[in-house]
This record gives sequence, C-alpha cells and structure tokens, in this order.
Amino acid sequence: MSVLVLVEGFNGEIKKSSLEAASYGSQVANALGTEATAIAIGEVQESALAALGAQGITKVLFDDDARLHNFVAEAYLKVIAQAASQESAKVIIFSNTNIGAALGSRLAVRLNGSLATNVTALPVISGDSFTVRRGVFSGKAFADVNLTGDVKIVAVKKNSIDISSDAGGTASVEKFSVGLSDADFAFAPKETVMQETDGGVLLPEAEIVVSGGRGLKGPENWHLVEDLAKALGAATACSKPVSDQDWRPHHEHVGQTGITISPNLYIAIGISGAIQHLAGVNSSKVIVVINKDPEAPFFKAADYGIVGDAFEIVPKLIEAARAL
Amino acid sequence: MKILVCISNVPDTTSKINFTGDGKSFDKNGVQFVINPWDEYALTRAIELKEAKGGTVTVLNVGEADTEANIRKALAIGADDAIRVNAFPKDAMFVAQQIAAIAKENSYDLILMGKESIDFNGSQVHGMVGELLGIPVIFPAFKLDMIDDTTARLEREIEGGKEVLEVKLPFVASAQQPMSEPRIPNMRGIMTARTKPLKVVEPTGEGAQTEYASFSKPEKKSGVRMIDAENAGELISLLRNEAKVL
Ligand SMILES: Cc1cc2nc3c(=O)[nH]c(=O)nc-3n(C[C@H](O)[C@H](O)[C@H](O)COP(=O)(O)OP(=O)(O)OC[C@H]3O[C@@H](n4cnc5c(N)ncnc54)[C@H](O)[C@@H]3O)c2cc1C
Ligand SMILES: Nc1ncnc2c1ncn2[C@@H]1O[C@H](COP(=O)(O)O)[C@@H](O)[C@H]1O
Repeated sequence: MSVLVLVEGFNGEIKKSSLEAASYGSQVANALGTEATAIAIGEVQESALAALGAQGITKVLFDDDARLHNFVAEAYLKVIAQAASQESAKVIIFSNTNIGAALGSRLAVRLNGSLATNVTALPVISGDSFTVRRGVFSGKAFADVNLTGDVKIVAVKKNSIDISSDAGGTASVEKFSVGLSDADFAFAPKETVMQETDGGVLLPEAEIVVSGGRGLKGPENWHLVEDLAKALGAATACSKPVSDQDWRPHHEHVGQTGITISPNLYIAIGISGAIQHLAGVNSSKVIVVINKDPEAPFFKAADYGIVGDAFEIVPKLIEAARAL
Repeated sequence: MKILVCISNVPDTTSKINFTGDGKSFDKNGVQFVINPWDEYALTRAIELKEAKGGTVTVLNVGEADTEANIRKALAIGADDAIRVNAFPKDAMFVAQQIAAIAKENSYDLILMGKESIDFNGSQVHGMVGELLGIPVIFPAFKLDMIDDTTARLEREIEGGKEVLEVKLPFVASAQQPMSEPRIPNMRGIMTARTKPLKVVEPTGEGAQTEYASFSKPEKKSGVRMIDAENAGELISLLRNEAKVL
C-alpha cells in the first residue's frame, strides 16, 4: 500500500501546484504509516525530480516519453493506472489543475474509487473513514466529504497546502515506461498555442495577481495593470465585462464563469466586486481593492483598501513597487 | 445529429448560501434556482449546431421534480425534448451512471455538459460519463465546430494556452465561455416549451462513492484596513511588512 502523487511539469520545472500535491501526499502517507511515490509525466527535466525529496517523496517514477509533453488523457491515464497498480496505491493525489480534474474523474471510474476535487485541507483519517474538506458553492462554503471507496483520489486546490522544505532528503528517480502505442495518442492535439506570459507567470499558478475592471475605462489604459504586475512579478487578470468587450483575452477572466484563483495576493483595480466576480477570487489570502466609490461592495471582502481614482493611485503603487 | 445536453439545477449566482441548523444539508429556503451557467453555453451551442445542420437536442437532468421549471426553460430556449431522472443527485458518480445509462439507450452523436456545476464545483461528471461510455472527453472546451458530419474541431483551454483538437463523434465535451452566447427564451419558445415532451425515468443502481458529512462557511474577514489615497505607496510596504505577501 502506498500513496501516489501526480507531478506535472511546465517548461522543464515542476509546477508549484505539484509541489503542493507532493507535500500533501507525503503527509497523508505519514498518517497512514506508508510511503509516498510520485509519478512524473510531461515536460519536466529529470534533474529537477530528486528535489521532490524535500516534499517527503521517497521515490519518483519518471516517464520521459516526449509524446507526453502534451496532455493526452488516454495516455496519461494508462501511465498513472499502471503506476497505481505497481505501487498498490490506495490514495492518489493530483493538483486541481485542468489536467488533474480531467484525470481524476476518469480514474475514479477505472479504479472504482472515490474522488474529491477542490480539496483545501489534509484528510481526517480515523479507522476506515477518510474525510476531506473541499470548497463548494464557489468558495462560499466548505463541505466535509467521506471518501467511501477502496481507492481514494484527491485533487488539491492550489495554494491551500504549504510546501514543506525539510521533510526529507532526496528522492530516488526510476525510469517508468508502460509501452504506449500510437493508439494511445489518437486524441493528441493538432496544435498547441501558448499565450505570451509576461515574465512567465501563468495566471492559475500565480502567487500575486493584479486585476482590472471596467473602472479602467478602456484597453488603452491596461499599461497600469501590466506595469504594476511586472513590478510585483504578478500575473494579470480581469473582470467579465472587460473580456466580453475584448479589452482583454478570455483566459484572463476570473469569477463564477471564468477561472477560479487563490493567490497569496489579489489586487483589484476598478472592479466593483459583484458576487460573481468574488466567487473566482474569494479564497485569495490577501485582497487589495482600489476603487473610487467608497460604497463599492468589494471593500467588504478586502483586507486593504484605497478609495480614489485608479489613474492617480496606480502610478504611485508602481513607483513604490519598483523601489522594493 | 443527435445531441444530448446535461444540465444541472443550481442556486442563482447571487444567492446567499445557508445550511440547515445541524450543518448537514443545504437550506433551499428563499433560494432561486437556475440552469447551471456553464451548461447554458453547452445548450446554446447545441441549438446553434442543430440550426445549422439539423438534428435534435435533448436535455437531461438528474434531479427531483422541482428541477422541472428549469428543464422547461431549456426547452423554451430551443431544446426539442427532455429527460429527467427522478432522483436526488447524491454525488458525481451517481449522476454520471444515470447519464451513461440514458446515453447507452439512445446513442447520441455528441454529449455536451458544462465545465462544472456551481453548487458542488466538482468538474467530475463529464470525465466519468466519458469513461463509462469509453469515449473521449474534451475538458474544458471553449470552441466547437463540425468539420464534416463525423468530425468536430475543438479548442480546449490548457494552463498557459490552448489546444486545437480534431475528434470523431461521439464524444463528451464540457463547455466554458465563450463557446456561445446564452439566449433568453422568447414568448414563442415559452409557449411551445409547454407541449414539448419531458420524460421522467427512474434511476438505476446506487453508484455513490462519497458521503457529504457536513457543511461550514469560511471565517469572515476581520475587516478592511483603509489607506489614504495621498499615501498610496504605503500600501506596498504594508503588503511586505505586515501582510508578508511581497
Ligand atoms: C450568471 C452571471 C455570471 C457572471 N460571471 C462573472 C464572472 O465570472 N466574473 C466577473 O467578473 N463578472 C461576472 N458577472 C458579471 C458581474 O455581475 C458584474 O457585472 C461584473 O463583475 C462587473 O465588472 P466590473 O466590476 O469590472 O464593472 P463595474 O461593475 O462597472 O464596476 C466598475 C467599478 O470601477 C469603479 N471605478 C470607475 N472609475 C474608476 C476610477 N477612475 N478609479 C477607480 N475605480 C473606478 C467603479 O466605482 C465601479 O465600482 C456575471 C454575471 C452573471 C449574471
Ligand atoms: N444532476 C445533474 N443532472 C444532469 N447533468 C448534470 C448534473 N450534475 C452535473 N451535470 C453535468 O455535469 C457537468 C459537471 O458537473 P460537476 O461534475 O457536478 O461539476 C455540469 O456542468 C452538467 O453539465
């Protein structure tokens, strides 16, 4: 019996969300008196993997098939299911990325297991019961869910688990291959188009996010958001009307019908704080709101606020941030 | 083309969420229910495809009788007929088994869903249905066009970009913005919806793999600290030294 963790790579590095999953997995393994193994797939360099030992992982299985650099669910599933069976994994940990959610649900059927996505805390384990806390109702509530199946699959919400730095030493890395055939890649993408990311910060992975709303008046003013983001090493985001009007691309739209993020710091500029917007950002650790209307609902959800004109305030912030 | 659109019935996006005194279940009192917003993107795209290519759009919901108002709304928007599996949607696995059973019986060319339901935020049902039926799942798709009668071209969001895929029917796709522009039912739609077929069937199997033990709400923020606009730069030092997030 063991705990298996899926590790995803991006540009050769291990994703931060995968380090969180690894940390989660090794703590579950400790609680169960067993060991945590990682299965690394995709675009990650072998030399980066031994560092998973610091997360408490003892062994890393590494499938370096280059065809896996693109996410192809069928192929990934085969690799993970095989690793799970080799390691007799009873608990499988993903990060709640698009990939993790896509795999978790299919694996739950394949292994006849129980799945919880959007999980925000370590499980409470007592005897046979394994209960996790997950975010529901768009961050407005939590549910405690008992996973009753034989195999428990957990997709951990980003930025809800601290990455440990001293849980162990280095992990041993073993090549792992299941002999994938061309048929396993029948649904490979025809084309992959990556966005330009300023300074390489992906919005879903970002620790700091600077976001703009309709209060910024038009796309020609977005340099304010971008310059502040650059000075802070942040990713940029926006409200729905902003992407609806094509001031910004759709993938930047956060909220109920956009993406959900949980960075350490979310800075909202000229955004009113409609409940649908809050749904995508309310689990951010610290929220800053800049709005000229002191009655803007967003201030109720904020940790820090400035009432005033964004066109005067943001340049001051950029200056202060550059001076850090 | 025969299209199945799965819709869930969820609290309106502006709802305040409350639970019963014992924290064991969701308190529906005073809550307005709507078609899951993501499912509206799927529904409208299905109707657009039907309008362009012919075929039928069936909507499916696993739910108790009180979901019928929103099923009728989907019919008013333009679906042809509807199926309700008469059961409380216990968990994703249970719902997926119901949907898969209906799909096996009727062999649809295309099964469209939303990216996630905004009540339980699972993002699970589409993957489970695809796996139960042994067909591909494209999650999350924001563009879907038919190249010819058997193959679709989709664009799917990945972290840091997008992928373009060509997939043969049948498959499952879960929709997100901007796949389509959701429609509001018109008067004629509302009138005809009343007479469109809505079949109620009983659930099969048990399925559930999880038990919801209790619910709770996040702690309230301790209150906002206001900074004078004149000294806006002070925010940056507070974020570094007090909040410790820089
Ligand atoms: C089903 C549904 C789903 C939705 N999903 C989403 C979603 O996912 N994400 C989302 O964001 N919205 C969503 N919405 C829309 C949401 O209800 C709001 O309409 C939207 O969030 C408002 O965007 P905004 O704050 O940018 O614009 P506004 O509400 O117009 O707010 C602009 C703000 O800027 C301030 N402002 C103006 N000028 C200045 C200035 N010079 N300096 C500083 N402040 C200024 C104003 O005081 C105001 O508060 C959804 C709505 C529905 C019905
Ligand atoms: N009770 C239900 N009845 C029909 N379809 C559902 C139901 N619950 C979820 N779905 C579909 O599955 C998608 C994903 O839901 P979920 O896995 O619950 O986040 C939704 O967007 C719907 O299309």
